[in-house]
Amino acid sequence: MKRENAGGFYCLGIESTADDFSVGVATFGGKILANVINAYMPEEGGIHPREAARHHAEVAGKVLEEAFTKTGIKPESLSIIAFSQGPGLGPCLRTGATVARALSSYLNVPLVGVNHCVAHIEIGKMKTRAGDPITLYVSGGNTIVSAFDSGRYRVFGETLDIALGNCLDVFAREAGLRQKVGMPFGAVVEKLAAKGKKLVPLPYTVKGMNTSFSGLLTATVNLLKKREHTLEDLSYSLQETAFSMVTEVTERALAHTEKKEVLLTGGVAANKRLQSMIRAIAEEHNVRFCVVPSEFAIDNGAMIAWTGVLAYKYAMVTPIDKSFVKLKWRLEEVEIPWIK
Amino acid sequence: MKLPFLIKKGAEASLYLAEWHGKKVIMKKRLPKKYRPSELDKQIRVYRTIHEPQLMHEAKKAGVPTPTIFLVDVKKTTIIMGFIGGTQIKQLLGKTVKSKRQSLCLKIGELIGKLHAHGIIHGDLTTSNMIVDNEGKIFLVDFGLGEKTKELEPRGVDLHLMKRALQSTHFRFAEECFNAVIEGYSKVLDVKTVKSILDKIKEIERRGRYIAERKDDWDD
Repeated sequence: MKRENAGGFYCLGIESTADDFSVGVATFGGKILANVINAYMPEEGGIHPREAARHHAEVAGKVLEEAFTKTGIKPESLSIIAFSQGPGLGPCLRTGATVARALSSYLNVPLVGVNHCVAHIEIGKMKTRAGDPITLYVSGGNTIVSAFDSGRYRVFGETLDIALGNCLDVFAREAGLRQKVGMPFGAVVEKLAAKGKKLVPLPYTVKGMNTSFSGLLTATVNLLKKREHTLEDLSYSLQETAFSMVTEVTERALAHTEKKEVLLTGGVAANKRLQSMIRAIAEEHNVRFCVVPSEFAIDNGAMIAWTGVLAYKYAMVTPIDKSFVKLKWRLEEVEIPWIK
Repeated sequence: MKLPFLIKKGAEASLYLAEWHGKKVIMKKRLPKKYRPSELDKQIRVYRTIHEPQLMHEAKKAGVPTPTIFLVDVKKTTIIMGFIGGTQIKQLLGKTVKSKRQSLCLKIGELIGKLHAHGIIHGDLTTSNMIVDNEGKIFLVDFGLGEKTKELEPRGVDLHLMKRALQSTHFRFAEECFNAVIEGYSKVLDVKTVKSILDKIKEIERRGRYIAERKDDWDD
């Protein structure tokens, strides 16, 4: 492509699957030059897809500008535009895709549609120098245990209903807690849980290498309404139970695949208690423990940019007429030619 | 070989090959897990230690081969059971020819059908938990996550897990294998029940993130 001869090779990545709109810039060598995140925080309730999409459209210009200012590069120096093509919320994905298409046609550079789940794994691997890990990817929308095998990330286990992060978020909202920039619901619950002492019995649901959180959430919310336990104790019990469940399935997948590394990634990876649990199983099985730095744990544009680079090197370009968003794009549907 | 000998450090238990009153046995020890709170950990280990042999015994009554239980030590959360000399289905499936694969999966389906018909849910149907002995008999092991129920939902989840295990570990022939499993399963349970369980599996898949509802979503 023409811009590869223009000096630096830069990829701009746009992330907009859910409540965050983010723009990141990565070099072809894997250096992250910018990672600007702007979160949509509703006054009350969860993420309303249309409202979140409106937020994304409103801040898109500002976030892009900030990213360019940070990197000091001009839009004309970009070699590729990558965007999160799915899975996620339709209106949010479409907003990001529209921005990406516009930039790509205006600058006349290739467009690369990236799978959001692959991006979470790739940024985790790049930042921790993991080679071939078993990955626990936990966030507001996903709970997946996966590992690479024969050209794809295979899903060994996942949630059968809601995601781990979703479970914590809904609990926090039901408890009337508030989140703010830099202190999302997960962090609020983590702080409360650290003060909890009593373990309240809650449903523990593990099905093979899969988990289910909906029953656990209902039971915890019911107890919350009864006001028999302190909020600290309930937060503690919910975290301990839910985290034990994902740790157990990760350990099962580790024993099944016999990989030599465990990688923790996704928004919930920022939780110190979960980190300590996954570290414990890594130690027990004598494998390396890797955790994504918290800046790259939540949804971010840098991971999209970096995965865009990886894909582009294998000619995985997305023509505009194939750039429609994929709301339920599964991790294992994506071919990963960059791993041998 | 010095006994007891650790043959597999699994996720929730360590398996030792040992000798017990002159017999070759497997000692399944559920060791404490440091990562979870001790009261929760103990509760889980004790529950599974008691539950697993009960289900294995029930399975045997349903005509599904399982290792013979010799001793259950709840205090030490340890089960002593017969050793099955053979190969895991996991290792066999990839190395064998299509017709053999089909017949193995058909038999597996029959065994799952027998379990479900008797109200037993295995809870962790993966090809690592199935062993073929030297006479070609398939044994099911690892009932720690199982339960007793005849409800549709857990039956559907059980088969869904089998399908997922095939897709993640035996992706090259997951579909033909699962179809054979269902064929075997249908030999045991009646047509109406099988149909409602298959519908249930679809419902479970919709609940999770398994089905792309709108493949070409494009309306900017």
